[in-house]
Amino acid sequence: MRSGPVRAAWLRIEETIDPLFPGGTNPLRNLGALACLMFAALLLSGTYLYIHFDTSTDGAWPSINRLSDEQPWLGGLLRSMHRYAADLFVTFTLLHLLREWVLGHYSSFRAMTWLTGVPLLAFMYVSGIGGFWLNWDVLGQYAATASAELIDALPMLDGTLARNFLDSGAVSDRFFSLLVFIHLGVPLMLLFGLWFHLQRVTRPRILPPRALMFGQLALLAAIALAWPVTSGAPADLGRVPVALALDWFVLHPLPLATSLSAPVFWSLLAILFGVLLMLPTFPDRQREPVAVVDADNCNGCRRCVDDCPYSAITLEAHPDGKPGKQIAVVAAERCASCGICAGACPSATPFRSVIELVNGIDMPQQSVDSLRRKLVDDLARAESAPVVVFGCRHGMDVEVNRRIDVLGYNLLCIGLLPPSFIEYALRGGAAGVIVCGCADASCEFRLGNQWTRERMLGAREPHLRRTVPPDRLRVMMVGRHEQGQLDAAIDSLRQNASQGEIA
Amino acid sequence: MNKPLIWMGQAVLYAALAAVILVFTRWPSYQNLPADSALIKLSISHQGKVLGDCVEQTPEQLAKLPPNMRAPVSCPRERSPLTIEIDVDGVLAYRQVAQPSGLSSDGAAVVYHRIEVPAGAHAIEVRMKDDARSEGFDYTRSETVTLAPAEILVVDFDAAERRIILL
Ligand code: HEM
Ligand code: SF4
Ligand code: SF4
Repeated sequence: MRSGPVRAAWLRIEETIDPLFPGGTNPLRNLGALACLMFAALLLSGTYLYIHFDTSTDGAWPSINRLSDEQPWLGGLLRSMHRYAADLFVTFTLLHLLREWVLGHYSSFRAMTWLTGVPLLAFMYVSGIGGFWLNWDVLGQYAATASAELIDALPMLDGTLARNFLDSGAVSDRFFSLLVFIHLGVPLMLLFGLWFHLQRVTRPRILPPRALMFGQLALLAAIALAWPVTSGAPADLGRVPVALALDWFVLHPLPLATSLSAPVFWSLLAILFGVLLMLPTFPDRQREPVAVVDADNCNGCRRCVDDCPYSAITLEAHPDGKPGKQIAVVAAERCASCGICAGACPSATPFRSVIELVNGIDMPQQSVDSLRRKLVDDLARAESAPVVVFGCRHGMDVEVNRRIDVLGYNLLCIGLLPPSFIEYALRGGAAGVIVCGCADASCEFRLGNQWTRERMLGAREPHLRRTVPPDRLRVMMVGRHEQGQLDAAIDSLRQNASQGEIA
Repeated sequence: MNKPLIWMGQAVLYAALAAVILVFTRWPSYQNLPADSALIKLSISHQGKVLGDCVEQTPEQLAKLPPNMRAPVSCPRERSPLTIEIDVDGVLAYRQVAQPSGLSSDGAAVVYHRIEVPAGAHAIEVRMKDDARSEGFDYTRSETVTLAPAEILVVDFDAAERRIILL
């Protein structure tokens, strides 16, 4: 794992506010979903605004203004929400990008998701800036002329776009319809692009957890009610709009371009997009071995396909030729090397009486066989009944030898753990078992702790046998620095075990 | 962490986000033009005169061409660049030579430039040349204009009337 100072600082911030947002509702861990939520709010409120919008140069301003004046509780509210949702959309999207960048989430199996995210940025800004044109107040006038001047500065174009804004007569209704078309068409492209963006992400969290979603929508409605958005004076092309109340979230590229000069602005923008698009070619970590399928031990049950967080597994005809039988096939370039599939496979049960435990699908760097061997050896060597802790190497380090009576195993992901290993450890003499995954919504592979929890509860295959006594097992999803919680769990298991002995 | 603490902590963070949004959605206000200034917007898109005369083709020249291209006169398409100068209060404020657009340089030449001036009265002189073969400037317009703060004066060329216009 790379651990630069920026990455460490970001994780520190996330972990600091984790206690305030229980159950995976930490907004910093849900930025993509928050951006989607704001986009949905924009589409819905925008539809209402469009129904009441007059798409002519003279009709636009009054039609929007009427919404605020005549129906403050519906049109006016939706109008204000549309504006603030745009501000929040930009904020969440930029933070989402920053987070994925800082955490190094741009290369190998994530390269496609990263690359399809980059154009969304451009669509976002064009949609946002284009929204201000339609209002056709002084702010819209500024946004439109400044955008046109900026586009005119591009080589290849004939440079006459800004001439459309020379005087009021110049802005024909036809040209104004073109502006409307941009503000409708580009968001649709964004929606389509979003679909591409999420192609490689299985079960993406498109909406945030309920508490966060309601909180965020309540915030949006509250600021829209308390500080409604109103129009500036109608556009007047004979005068420069001065002292503008600029929306810096959406419109910042325009003054930036003015202060840098258009050619410098375009050059920097080209460099920025170049860097974003080149980033996947410079991975910040080594590629790890990917999942490997063993034909003799795969019966095509599909569990790994269902659990893989990056749609890296498909089923094909089994090489043994039995009609209808299938086999899992891993697409190496999509595989995240998380091992969640290994934990899903029915062949992973350590009770099988084979010398080498070959799993249907397995990780060469941490096979279930190596895990069983280690566990067996360690249990045999232990002097008194130890507590076995399965952890994740992206989360709290459970291997550091804190206590002599604890056996810790850092897995590639907590989802790699076949539930049968818990029973196996208990039968092998463990006093208790702790399954210690990463904090909610912080799984490096998104779904590892969710699948683990469901497997433990019996809600997902392979499930934990009900014969495992609940007082011998703890399942906890905690942050990297919550050693105290782990110690408490160890103590309580130990206590249960000693009470069991007395009884 | 207990419930009341969680509620309070969340309230603080939501309020902080709301404050950031409410502030930067309209503040600081942007001074698009210095106070008490006006703007002269020079915006001209105009096709210069063609550079050469049409030449009558000799029968020999015509014979060399494919039959469908045997036009009796050949006219060059390349246009003259546009030279524009503008004086404000007797001082040259801007000068540009704009090349015609198009692959064969047969399109319009485009000039777009903003000049910020203090509000008030100004003597403006605009000179334009659209014919490389003529002497001096082909069009000149001098005028004294009074500009209110933030007022925009557009300098354009009316191709139909063939004169510089101030709007
Ligand atoms: C319109 C703006 C965007 C929206 C609405 C959006 C939304 C999302 C969503 C919902 C996810 C799935 C998150 C999850 O299930 O945990 C995601 C993942 C991702 N996004 Fe975006 N995204 C946007 C822009 C971007 C941009 C600009 C980039 C970077 C260039 C980016 C990079 C990524 C990456 C790398 C992932 C994968 C995370 C992972 O696999 O763990 N996204 N995005
Ligand atoms: S290791 Fe992870 S990403 Fe790769 S195939 Fe298995 S579940 Fe899918
Ligand atoms: S879970 Fe195992 S047996 Fe089932 S399809 Fe995947 S590799 Fe084959």
